Amino acid sequence: MQMCVDPDGLAGLSWWLCYLTTNTHYSFYLSFGTILILIFLCAPVVMVLGFAGALSRRSRFLPLRTVGLIYTSMVRGVPDIVFFMFVPIAMDQAIEAIRHKVKCPEVTAPIFQGNDFVVCTAAKMPLSATDQWVHEIYGFFLALVAFAIVFGAFAANTLHGALAAVPKNQLETARAYGMSEKQVFWRIHLPQMWRYALPGLSNLWMILIKATPLLFLLGVEDAVYWAGALGASKTQIYDFPHGDWRIWYFSALLIFYLLLTSVSERFFKWLTLKVTREHNLNTDDLSSGVTA
Amino acid sequence: MRRLIIAAFASAIMTGSVFAASDMQKVRMGTEGAYAPYNFINDKGEIDGFEREVGDKLCELAKLDCTWVKNDWDSIIPNLVSGNYDTIMAGMSITAERDKVIDFTQEYFPPDPSAYVALKGAADKVISGVVAAQKATIQASHVASTKATVVEFATPDETLAAVRSGEADAVLADKSYLEPIVKESNGALIFVGEDIVIGGGIGIGLRESDGELKAKLDVAIASMKKDGSLSKLIAKWFDGKMVKY
Repeated sequence: MQMCVDPDGLAGLSWWLCYLTTNTHYSFYLSFGTILILIFLCAPVVMVLGFAGALSRRSRFLPLRTVGLIYTSMVRGVPDIVFFMFVPIAMDQAIEAIRHKVKCPEVTAPIFQGNDFVVCTAAKMPLSATDQWVHEIYGFFLALVAFAIVFGAFAANTLHGALAAVPKNQLETARAYGMSEKQVFWRIHLPQMWRYALPGLSNLWMILIKATPLLFLLGVEDAVYWAGALGASKTQIYDFPHGDWRIWYFSALLIFYLLLTSVSERFFKWLTLKVTREHNLNTDDLSSGVTA
Repeated sequence: MRRLIIAAFASAIMTGSVFAASDMQKVRMGTEGAYAPYNFINDKGEIDGFEREVGDKLCELAKLDCTWVKNDWDSIIPNLVSGNYDTIMAGMSITAERDKVIDFTQEYFPPDPSAYVALKGAADKVISGVVAAQKATIQASHVASTKATVVEFATPDETLAAVRSGEADAVLADKSYLEPIVKESNGALIFVGEDIVIGGGIGIGLRESDGELKAKLDVAIASMKKDGSLSKLIAKWFDGKMVKY
C-alpha cells in the first residue's frame, strides 16, 4: 500500500493496516495453508500405507507378514520425534549418496569425511544452483514422507485390529453363499470393517493435526515458526517496532487449531453415524429376513 | 504402469533440476535471521543486517553467486556439515570447540564483550542467580562454568523475554546485540556487572573440507579490511562503533 512506504509516520488504524500486511505477515497467513496442505496430502498416503501394513500383517506369506510386523512395531515403538528427525536426514543423505555414486563415479574421496557429509556438486539434492523455493518444497516433501511413515504405521495397526474385529460368522456366511475370498473381502469384510476402524482413524486424524507443529522442528517455516518470529519483540531497526507480542500470535494459532479440530470432530461424528446406521440397517434386514 | 512410475521417480531424483546459465560458483549462505543488527528478517521478509551487507560484498569481491538461507541457531552447524548450505554468517564467535567441527575464515567482526542485562533496580549479584542464555552459545557455556544457574533458550529474543517476565534474573549475551534493546527499553532494562570477553572474533563458518572457498573468502575479507569498507559497515550497523583493521 502507498501509505505504508514510510511506517514511522503512521499511527492508529493505518499503522495496524500496514503492520498486518507486511510480507512477513503474508508468509504467516500462508503458513496456515502449509498445515492444511500437509494434512490433506498426508491423509491419503497414510491410508495407503495403513492398508499395506494391515494387509501384509494378515498375509499367509511369511516374509510379507514379517515386513508388516516389523514396520508397525518399529515405528510404533520409537518416539515420534526421533523418527521425524531421523527420516528426513537419512532420506536426504541416502538420495545424495546414490546420486553421488551414479553421477560422479570418478570421485574416490569418501562421502563421510570426519564430521562432513561430502558429495559432488552434481549430486546435491536439490542442486545448490536451484532457487530457494525448490529447496523449501523439497524439505516439505521430506517432512511429508516422515509424517506418512509414522502415521501409516498407526493406521496399519488400527486397520489390522478393525479387520480382525469383524465377526467371523459374517465372513463364514459369505463363504457359505459361495463367494470367493476376493468377494468376501470386497463385499463383506471391508465394508463391515469401517465401523470398527473409524474411532481409531478419527483419533489418528486428530493426532495428525496436532502433530503438524513438528514441521517447525524439520526446518519448514510453518505457522509456529512465524508466530514466534513475528511475535518476538522488535527494536527500531525494524519498520514496525513493538514489544513481546508472542501471546497474541500464539492465541491466533490456538484458535486456528481449535477450529480445525472441532470441524474434524463434527465430520467424524457424522461419518460414524452414517457407517453405523448402514451397518444396523444391514443387520436389521438380515434378522427380519430370517424371521419372515 | 508400475515400472513407468518407478522410472519417472528415479529420473526425477537423478536429474534434480536444470543448471543455471551462469558459471559463477553458487554458494548458499546460512544465517539465523533473529539476531539484529547482525542478521534479521526485515518486514519485507528478506534477510537483512550487518552480515547480509558484508556477505553480499564478500561474494561480489570473490566472484561468487550467493543465496541466503535461514536456519535455526540450534542446528546451524549440523546443517552446514551435512551440506544444506556452504557458509555460516550468524554472529558466530570463533572458538576452539567449534573449530574442531568446522573451519573459520579470519574474523570480520572483532571480539565483542558479553554483558549481563537485568530488570531496572537489580543488584550486581543477580549475575550469580538464574541467568538466561541462548542455547549452544559461548555465553551459555560461560554461565554454566560460573556459580549461576543457566536457563537456555532457542532464540536470543526468548532469553530477554525470560528476564522481562522474571523467569530469569539476568541474561548474558553479546553486548552489541543487547545495546539497542537496552537503549529502547526506556530504562526497564539495565546492564549489570562487568563486561566479559569470552570468545574470539566473528568469522565465517565453513566445512573443513571446503578449503578452496575458505581461501577465496579470506582474501575478500582481507581486502575489505584494507580499504576500510568493513570498518565503515561496522560503524553503520553498530551505532558508530569504531574498529580499526
